[in-house]
Amino acid sequence: MEYIVEIKDLSKDYETGFWRKKKVRALDGLTLNVRPGQIFGFLGGNGAGKTTTIKILMSLLFPTEGSAKILGSDISDVSMHSRIGYCPENPYFYDYLTANELLDYFGQIFGYDTAKRKQLTDELLTAVGLEEKSRSRQLRKFSKGMQQRVGLAQALVNDPEIVFLDEPMSGLDPVGRREIRELIVSLREKGKTVFMSTHILSDVEALCDEVAILRGGRLAATGSLSELLSTGNEQRAFELLIGGVASEQMRNAVSGINGAKVLTKPAGTAIEVQNESDIDAVIAAARTCGGKIISVNPVSLSLEDLFVEAKNR
Amino acid sequence: MSNGPLHRIFVIALNTFREAIRDRVLYNLVLFVLLITASAILLGDLTDGHEARTIVNIGTNAMLLFGAFISIFVGVGLVSKEIEKRTVFAIFAKPVNRAEFIVGKYLGLCLTLLVNVAVMAVGVTLALLYVGSGALAAGIWPTVYLIFLELCILTAVAILFSSFSTPALSALFTFCIFVIGHLSASLRELGNALGSAFAKYVLTAVYYLLPNLSLFSFRTEAANAMVPNAAMLLGGTAYAVVYIAILLTVAVIIFSRRNFK
Repeated sequence: MEYIVEIKDLSKDYETGFWRKKKVRALDGLTLNVRPGQIFGFLGGNGAGKTTTIKILMSLLFPTEGSAKILGSDISDVSMHSRIGYCPENPYFYDYLTANELLDYFGQIFGYDTAKRKQLTDELLTAVGLEEKSRSRQLRKFSKGMQQRVGLAQALVNDPEIVFLDEPMSGLDPVGRREIRELIVSLREKGKTVFMSTHILSDVEALCDEVAILRGGRLAATGSLSELLSTGNEQRAFELLIGGVASEQMRNAVSGINGAKVLTKPAGTAIEVQNESDIDAVIAAARTCGGKIISVNPVSLSLEDLFVEAKNR
Repeated sequence: MSNGPLHRIFVIALNTFREAIRDRVLYNLVLFVLLITASAILLGDLTDGHEARTIVNIGTNAMLLFGAFISIFVGVGLVSKEIEKRTVFAIFAKPVNRAEFIVGKYLGLCLTLLVNVAVMAVGVTLALLYVGSGALAAGIWPTVYLIFLELCILTAVAILFSSFSTPALSALFTFCIFVIGHLSASLRELGNALGSAFAKYVLTAVYYLLPNLSLFSFRTEAANAMVPNAAMLLGGTAYAVVYIAILLTVAVIIFSRRNFK
C-alpha cells in the first residue's frame, strides 16, 4: 500500500444561524496522502481545519464534498476502525469508570478475553506513564494531563496500524510531553503510522517525518520537513552582527542599502540584508563607523517561520 | 474472541447499566421500599381490611411512576450526555456503528428498569405476604410485566426524541407522550363523537401514531385480584416489540446522520 491515508478534495461546510442557512467553510478541497510507517504532522492555526479533518476521517463528521480512505477502505466503512486508533483533542471519557475499567471496556468492544484485557490495560497504562495508584480511581477525579494519558492508552488498545492523535501533548507537563514523544517514536519503530495534529512546533521538529500545514481550511504546504525547510532556504537573508557602534549610527550608514533592516541586540547591532552582494557594503559601512564585525550568518528558515509564512500566505 | 454486532451491543448495554448503578439511579428503590413498608404497616388500620388492595394500588402505581421518571430523565440523557461530554468520539472511532450504540444504550436502560421493577415487585410481594394475601402476591407479576413493557416503550420514545432534540425538550415531549398515550383510546372516541370527518381522521391518525399505553394498564384490576389473560400479555408483548422496533429504527436513522462537532 503506497498511502495509508488518502484524502481527496475534502470539504466541510458548517451550517450556522437560527435557520441553519448560513454556511461556513471549515475545510476547502483538501487533498493529502500519507505514507505508512511515518509520523505525519498536521499543522495549522486555530480554526485551520485540523480537527475537522480528523473528525471526518473518524466518521464523526460527514464531508460536504470529497472522499477519503484509510488503509484502503472508505472512511464510511466502520469495520476498518478495528485497525485504527484515535485520541481526540482534550479527551473526556466516562467519568464513573476507573482508568482500568475504561480500557477493559474498550477491550471488550474489540472482543478480547479477560486475560488479554488485563494484560493490555496494564501494559498501556504503564506505557503512557499513568501511576498505578491512579488506575483504580474514577476518571472524574483525573487532571487534564491524566485524561490525556488515558486517551492515548485507549487509542492503542487494539494495537492499531495507524493512530490519529489530535493535539496529543495538550495538558501535559514537560516530563509528560517527553514520555509521550518517546511513546510516539516507539510506535514508529514498531512500524505504525502516527497522524498527529499539534501546535507545538518543537514536537513536530523532533518527531515528524512529513508535515502538512493547513491555512483557512486549505492545504498551504506539504512534504518532508527537510524538503520544506530547504526549499524555503533557497533565497534567504543574511545577518551581520556588529559591535562597538551605536545602532542609530549604523542605521544611517546602511540607509542606502536596499532592504537592509537594523535591529538592536544585546551583543550589538544586527543588520539583515536580502542579497549576498550587499554584505560587503555593510562591512564597509561598519568599518567607516569604527564598528567591529562579530559574525555573518545566513538566516535559516525555521519551522516556525514556515508555519507563519503558510498562515499569512 | 467474539466481536460481532450483538457482542458490542451487549457490552454497551452492560456499561450503560453500570453507569445507571454508579449514578445512583436505583436509589429510588429505597424510597419505594419505605413507601411499601409504611403502606403495609399503617394502612391496615385505615382501610378496614382492604390493606392488600391498597398495597397493590400504591405499589403498582409507584412502580410505573418511578419507572417513568427513570425512563424519561435517564432516557433523554442516554445519548445527549454522550454527545455533550464528547464520550462518543472515542466510541465511534472503534468498530461500533451508530445503530449498535443506540440499541446498546437502550437495552442498558431497559436492564436498569427491569432490575428496578423486579426489586419493587419483590417488595410489593413481601408486603402482601406480610398482610397475609399470598394469592394476590403471586397474581401481581403479570401486571408488573405489563408495566415493564410500558416503560420499555417510554424509554424508546425518550431515545427517539433525544436523537435530535435537547434533553429538556425531549423530556417534555416524552412526558406528553406518556400522558397522551394513556388517553389515546379516548382521543379516538372523541374523533368519532365530534362528527367532523377531518377531526375524525386527525384523531384516528394520532391514535395510531402515538403509543397506546392503556394496553398495558392493568393496575386497578390487579388490585381487585384480577390477572391479565394470555391474549393481553401476548398482544401487549407483540405491540411493544413492533412499536419499539419502529421507534429505534427512526432514532438510528436520525442519529446516523448527525455530525459530532
